[in-house]
Amino acid sequence: MSLSKKNKEAFLNPLTINNPVTVQVLGICSALAVTAQLEPALVMGLAVTVIVAVANVVISLLRNTVPNRIRIIVQLVVVATLVTLVSEVLKAFAYDVSVQLSVYVGLIITNCILMGRLEAFAMQNGPFESLLDGIGSGLGYAKILVIVAFFRELLGSGKLLGFNILNYDCIQNAGYQNNGLMLLAPMALIICGCIIWWERAHNKDLQEK
Amino acid sequence: MKALRKYVDSVKPNFQEGGKFSWLRSTFGAFETFLFTPNEVNKGGVHVRDAVDLKRTIIVVVLALIPALLMGMYNTGYQHFRALGQAAEFGDMFLYGFLQVLPMLIVSYVVGLGIEFAVAQMRGHEVNEGFLATGMLIPLIMPADVPLWMVGLATAFAVILAKEVFGGTGMNIWNPALIARAFLFFAYPSKMSGDSVWYGAEKAVDGFSGATALSNANATGATGFDFMDCVYGLIPGSIGETSVIAIAIGAVLMLCTGVASAKTMISVFVGGALTAYLFNIGGATGMGSLCWCEHLVIGGFCFGAVFMATDPVTSPRTECGKYIYGFLIGAMAIIIRVLNPGYPEGMMLAILLMNTFAPLIDSIIVGRNISRRKNRVKQQAK
Repeated sequence: MSLSKKNKEAFLNPLTINNPVTVQVLGICSALAVTAQLEPALVMGLAVTVIVAVANVVISLLRNTVPNRIRIIVQLVVVATLVTLVSEVLKAFAYDVSVQLSVYVGLIITNCILMGRLEAFAMQNGPFESLLDGIGSGLGYAKILVIVAFFRELLGSGKLLGFNILNYDCIQNAGYQNNGLMLLAPMALIICGCIIWWERAHNKDLQEK
Repeated sequence: MKALRKYVDSVKPNFQEGGKFSWLRSTFGAFETFLFTPNEVNKGGVHVRDAVDLKRTIIVVVLALIPALLMGMYNTGYQHFRALGQAAEFGDMFLYGFLQVLPMLIVSYVVGLGIEFAVAQMRGHEVNEGFLATGMLIPLIMPADVPLWMVGLATAFAVILAKEVFGGTGMNIWNPALIARAFLFFAYPSKMSGDSVWYGAEKAVDGFSGATALSNANATGATGFDFMDCVYGLIPGSIGETSVIAIAIGAVLMLCTGVASAKTMISVFVGGALTAYLFNIGGATGMGSLCWCEHLVIGGFCFGAVFMATDPVTSPRTECGKYIYGFLIGAMAIIIRVLNPGYPEGMMLAILLMNTFAPLIDSIIVGRNISRRKNRVKQQAK
């Protein structure tokens, strides 16, 4: 299946040069809150991807019938429905993760990435483009979450996805210690900042004059 | 001397624009100005230049730190042999401390200067001297037994993320040395918590660690040390922070040369003493019942007031702002000590907090000054 140039951009841009977290700087609060470990970060990224994609399609289908003055309410109803569904599914099939994510699943409804994509993209484009854009934005968000969570879990608690990587006696006896700062929220912000730094250093388009 | 000058001149073209090693320009410049006074003069316009440049200012700070450093070395050895229960000569104590502290100093300088040189090279800037003081401060505000890789990591973290990302020397919001300490404090609390400092004696007495004056005060409301020992600096603590006398020598040197602001320094002590006194008469228990004079001599209070709070880059520029800034540092340090049992040492957090607010203090004072003058003009116009 070959995609038109516009569709390709809708899908790929959020992953790279128009990343929702590092370029648009949206969704930072949840990126700080759920990235102390890799597993909740993965689940959170997946949940947001599903919700953005489906909400984008639904709103895109409704875009010509919704009166302009109540569009935000309609968007909220759609998002709230999806968030509740995802939350129930998580509780049913991945209870531990859902406990770890606690309120942050519910707070997806306030995630700026969602409303941003619905307002900026789904209201103007057809369902297929909106689907691609939603998946792209969700994956772009998930990408940053996973990178941040990878470093935080590896350096902070010496594990990855709960598997022990660094907590062995031979490493600990050599003087290595897990970095407690990695488990605190400020370090997530600093890692996000470093990712932004790296991206801007490698991409001239993103540099501000 | 002449031969050296000739040699420097002969290799100079290699490092200039178009030369073989032109990418090493700032490194060459740093060494050339280190060896010889630069003879460049300003072109165009009128400039008034003081003989005291950044190099002199920083060197005065480094000299002022020497008494605290030497005393810290001696105290490290003193605490070590006291913990072992052995009698030792003055020379042995000093030598032990010297061998303990010197590697930390070297690591801090090598890592920090390495990053400074590399960044200056990449940006095409001159290498700045600011790190010479920071590199000295970093080991002095750490316990003597911090592993060297932690010193290196903290230095790299502080220089890159607290200094270079903001634009290098003179542009940083927070004091880089304190950021290095804060990094270790939150990342490896077991080594830095301020409750107990190891004397590097773990090989002889397994797992021996002694409580610092601060943690004693936190637990019982008394320092557990003789007041004069706290003044001389014969108590456990971070390397440079214990001796009030050594710090006072440095303070006098910095005040006489005008490098540090007496306004900041005095108002830190006034703020700290007043707040501690209020806790005293308010009948606070635990840390709050500690005499106000003891609060000023234990922990990093003196060191922070003299060497950290007065950092010209991170403190306010307005003269009136310095009083407010200093007073609030002293007050916050005591408040954190007394009211938050999790952080027995409040000085570091207080200074970092007020560093954050220094530009705001400046802005308010400048704004008030402007509006006062506007009002005066209005009054006269009437």
